Amino acid sequence: MKPNGNDPLVMIDNDRHLFKVSRNNFTDPDVFVKERERIFSTCWLYLGHESELKKPGDFVTRVVGGRSILFNKDRQGNIRALFNSCPHRGSQVCRERKGNAKSFQCFYHGWVFGQDGALRNQPGEESYGHDFKNDPDSNMRQVPRLESYRGLYFLCYDPEAIPLVDYLGNAKEYLDVIFDQSVDGMEVIGGTQEYAMNANWKLLVENSIDGYHATSTHATYLDYLKSMEGGLTNVALSGVGKDLGNGHGVIEYSAPWGRPAGQWVSLWGDEGKKEIDALNARNEKLYGKEKADRIAYKNRNLLIFPNLIINDIMSLTIRTFFPQSPNLLHVNAWAAGPQEESAAARKFRLSNFLEFLGPGGFATPDDVEALEHCQLGYRNSQEVRWNDISKGMGLEQPAMDDEEQMRAFWREWSRRLTGPEQIRGERT
Amino acid sequence: MIAATEKGSDAGTLTRSEVEDFLYAEAELLDEWRLPEWLDLFTDDATYQIPPTDIPADASPDNNLFYIADDRYRLGERVKRLMKRTAHAEYPHSKTRHQVSNVRILSQDDGQVEVACNFSTYRTKDDFSNIFFGKLLYGLEVSDGKIRIRSKRVVLDTNGLRNQGRISIIL
Repeated sequence: MKPNGNDPLVMIDNDRHLFKVSRNNFTDPDVFVKERERIFSTCWLYLGHESELKKPGDFVTRVVGGRSILFNKDRQGNIRALFNSCPHRGSQVCRERKGNAKSFQCFYHGWVFGQDGALRNQPGEESYGHDFKNDPDSNMRQVPRLESYRGLYFLCYDPEAIPLVDYLGNAKEYLDVIFDQSVDGMEVIGGTQEYAMNANWKLLVENSIDGYHATSTHATYLDYLKSMEGGLTNVALSGVGKDLGNGHGVIEYSAPWGRPAGQWVSLWGDEGKKEIDALNARNEKLYGKEKADRIAYKNRNLLIFPNLIINDIMSLTIRTFFPQSPNLLHVNAWAAGPQEESAAARKFRLSNFLEFLGPGGFATPDDVEALEHCQLGYRNSQEVRWNDISKGMGLEQPAMDDEEQMRAFWREWSRRLTGPEQIRGERT
Repeated sequence: MIAATEKGSDAGTLTRSEVEDFLYAEAELLDEWRLPEWLDLFTDDATYQIPPTDIPADASPDNNLFYIADDRYRLGERVKRLMKRTAHAEYPHSKTRHQVSNVRILSQDDGQVEVACNFSTYRTKDDFSNIFFGKLLYGLEVSDGKIRIRSKRVVLDTNGLRNQGRISIIL
């Protein structure tokens, strides 16, 4: 029998301000299978950014929600997402990670497809029925749904899904604040950080929007900032955590580090100050002081359910990740910045990124260590059964170091896995 | 192993075996976690870089996202961090074995020596072992009878870090 097989996935006690998540959710193969069916086959999933496909013919191949996807731009400039499988025998048609192509040929039997996935020709055409090419099943299949918001392309494998803008709901406004940093448009900067963790993917969801762990997990990063001449302002770490609905969550807060989006630190020098001042003045003119200040001085760790993180912090990162098994996840992370940014500002942005973020940074590796050791700790989940996500429960406005934004995730996750009739984890 | 940084011959140029001795000594310092001594091998304006694997190997970290792009200051901070117990990713320290081979001197001119070699570095942390491998590009500097590292660039032959997870050790 499975450990904790009869436990609810999530147990909520509003009277005692307790929010408990079963550790079984991080290890159980049945949960993993259900997630593929009820989350990764029905939610909008981040595929890529429009700036990754600059010219007609540009393509990128990527695994999204367990499927192999060809993301490309056709001659007319339409952005598409095709299942990267040959309709003939199933081989991956495009075997390159990125590039530019007028057509795609499957090497197995030589079938050639257009940028729209339509079969153009195949060796021995005369041996097929006369309308073979007109059969949609002869083409590479398009993903059922592909929609974008602010240059971010999402796909969905459920043809009946609600439109992306409705799915994003209250998170849209935060995406606007982040993407309004640029007037010419944001771009993904060259170079992808592709890494992995021996941990359940939901641990990285929690960690990416966790304002509570910084001082202990990231002690050495904070030491580093403190020791660096001009690396910090005297702004305090302070802000709020929010449930945005539909499983989305955010923490929004002030912090002492420099922000290329508008918070200058003396390390960036007088030239840097001029540039940041001009940026803030431009934003004030465009958006008014309140919003301009929010763009400049507030950090945002934003979760778009289930697995997209946009962290607008000391740099701007787009991070998405997928489970390979209950205890292994793959991460793809990018840096993004305004197209109009100066070379000097771009350099500071990337330097800030690498100090903290990514598998070679001064902070992320310690997060990975923490998540991997959580996963190892779940060996004991038959006896030590519950994770606690209660911090800030019952507060009118939970703080950025509370856990309301994680509860937002778990409420939606639980709803999708068990159906509404079963959120009876709630103890009465 | 400081002697390894002494340049043996008087000709003002390095031989391949002198370079090899230097690289082996560097590997030993890393495997023994003598990182402050390792840091002393670097010049004051040194760089240590690891580009990601989906962009050209000669791309610049000024306009591309790298895994690591340290100047000498941040490299020093990296060493300081790794020597602390609170560098959780490397506590307890991983066991590592740095191998270098196929050492070639690409050019040398006026004490500036460009070197390429192949590498494989094995790492064990907890119950997991994995391998980093690829090419190392060194810019070495010979002055006052000492060899020092002006630049070290690690070009990985993997696609990303799916098996290695992270680069919390020095490669």
